Amino acid sequence: MTEILSVLGLPLLGALLLALWGHKRRAAELNALASGATLAAAAALTARVIADGPLLAVQGQFFVDSFNVFLVALTAFVAFTTALFSRPYMRIEQHRGKLGPNRMRLYHSMFQLFIFTMLLALLTNNMGILWVAMEAATLTTVLLVSLYRTPSSLEAAWKYFILCGVGIAQALFGTILLYFAAEKVLGAGGGALLWTQLNAVKAHLEPTVLSLAFVFLLVGYGTKVGLAPLHNWLPDAHAEGPTPVSAVLSGLLLNVALYAVVRSKILVDGALASHLAGNLMMGFGLLSVVVAAFFLSRQKDIKRLFAYSSIEHMGLVTFAFGMGGPVASFAGLLHMTVHSLTKSAIFFAAGHAAQKTGTQIMDDIRGLLRQSPTVGWGLMLGSLAILGMPPFGVFASEFLILTTAMHSHPWATPFLLAALGVAFAAIFGKVQPMVFGETTAQRLPHPPALLPVFAHLALVLLLGLYIPPYLADWYRQAAALIG
Amino acid sequence: MALPLTSQLINVLAALLLLISFAMLSQRRVLSLINLYAWQGLVLAVNTFTVAYSTGQDHLYFSAALTLLLKVLLLPWILHRLIRKLNVKWDVEPLLNIPVTLLVGIVLVVFAFNLALPIAQLAGTITRSTLGIAMASVLLSFLMMITRRKAVPQVIGFLAMENGLFFAATSTTYGMPMVVELGIALDILVGTLILGIFFFQIREAFDSLDLKHMERLRED
Repeated sequence: MTEILSVLGLPLLGALLLALWGHKRRAAELNALASGATLAAAAALTARVIADGPLLAVQGQFFVDSFNVFLVALTAFVAFTTALFSRPYMRIEQHRGKLGPNRMRLYHSMFQLFIFTMLLALLTNNMGILWVAMEAATLTTVLLVSLYRTPSSLEAAWKYFILCGVGIAQALFGTILLYFAAEKVLGAGGGALLWTQLNAVKAHLEPTVLSLAFVFLLVGYGTKVGLAPLHNWLPDAHAEGPTPVSAVLSGLLLNVALYAVVRSKILVDGALASHLAGNLMMGFGLLSVVVAAFFLSRQKDIKRLFAYSSIEHMGLVTFAFGMGGPVASFAGLLHMTVHSLTKSAIFFAAGHAAQKTGTQIMDDIRGLLRQSPTVGWGLMLGSLAILGMPPFGVFASEFLILTTAMHSHPWATPFLLAALGVAFAAIFGKVQPMVFGETTAQRLPHPPALLPVFAHLALVLLLGLYIPPYLADWYRQAAALIG
Repeated sequence: MALPLTSQLINVLAALLLLISFAMLSQRRVLSLINLYAWQGLVLAVNTFTVAYSTGQDHLYFSAALTLLLKVLLLPWILHRLIRKLNVKWDVEPLLNIPVTLLVGIVLVVFAFNLALPIAQLAGTITRSTLGIAMASVLLSFLMMITRRKAVPQVIGFLAMENGLFFAATSTTYGMPMVVELGIALDILVGTLILGIFFFQIREAFDSLDLKHMERLRED
């Protein structure tokens, strides 16, 4: 109870303080401190859940089980490392005159508020509040995407707002339908939207209404996951916003949106005898993997390239959860974790690479290794990890997803393998000349923060070689829950 | 069979809501659009109040008051201030093919009624016949967002879509739980304020609120 309140309270407090002092010289440190404190609270919550099992708090309004506790820990961790990375990164941007003190205040405060909305979405037990938190997450990031106020960043933010706003309106309709079905069984009032109560009576929920509700929820939250064909906002928002924002959008927000989809799927699967929810997710997931892979080779902007790679990987996870079963769900959860760690590490390295060369166009970024071995290797190793090279953790999860697909849905494997191959050729072919060769990079006015990059990559490597038993236990329990 | 007076009133209000949605679809002047939006909010508030009165659901009174405050007074006031400050109060948007848009709208209404039919039959509320209208107004607002090329009307379309969803919630389930409704209201309010700030940024960068300038980010 105290743990949950501090996990939510600390970023909110941080947002308030930074709204007042976010333009001061020490604001970046305060931002990191608030994120660090949130991480400590999340660690305490995690320890509590490991010790005592699932937790209900505040009259059932908050719920923590093995499925969301690891996402809470992951969100708090990546938020903390991103805050560490953003300190030198944003200082360089300020030094170059791209941002004034007021924008820095907006940035710091909105960053904390964004973390708060994601943690709220993860911890709440109420499907309605989940919707409210997801919408609030969009609202807090709209102003972050348009932070530079350039014409293209404004366009990206507008597109992001309208597409995600319309998408999330569909999810609201889905939530209304869910409530409509639940009210018949549980009676009107606040209890009928609580996930734990819905989960207890899911077998009695009206199947027609629930299948319609799931279609709306999947389309709505799927827009935020970046599933094709609703992915248009994602590359623009990632490319035009400041890099720390791209890192948390890709590494965290997409996961949280997918979490909302999976929570709904658990309910629908219980109400329906058929495999409708899983089939829909497999279809959308496979389409996203294929579409994203073929867009990768046409990209010129480094951040757009990795944004499309995020669409591909989220598609893969959605496909895994759609297949269902203990192995595929386990692999999906593992892939969520390793993708989030690797992709944020890549964005950190790519952000500094873009600062060193003064451009995001990949043709003009050359020979990073010669000027800065750490940025160069960070980008190279990160790309190899995300492409699924062993021994990184992405290999393990992709291998599990592919073998399960071969076993239960053999028709899908050629598409997946072809897409992964195309993605490999496209990304590796573009990253290699950026890292090696004659350099176009220059020294930065502040030393770059590369500790987060290597910390993330080390964790991904660790997960590829050895998964700690308690983590494997969580994954197994969560996979059993997802079904 | 004669319907009781309250359900007749609810049906009349639902019909009014649909008419306002069509009016918004064909309205070219920004100022009139905002007024239509306020009228739509008023119809929603009266409808919620009627449902509350006839079913004795106390929390709906509160919900009606919230709608009145937010959608009839506060949001239209904010929008009015915005268009005055942005100096687009008398803007007239050139719309292509209003008759065609309206015809597409009629098709959407038929589609919405068909989609709503199976759900409405399951509902036990006195308002269930209005679910089709609620879905139709959601779709019409969506159509409005697609056809508009300017920022302010697009946002009004977005807000009108939320109105339709709110109407759907009252007609199927007598409204969402209070805490959720408050959260949604907060999101809508904050969203409108953020978009207000955003309009100024767009105008500063593009010298206009016309979205045709914002079509440069695309795959080639």
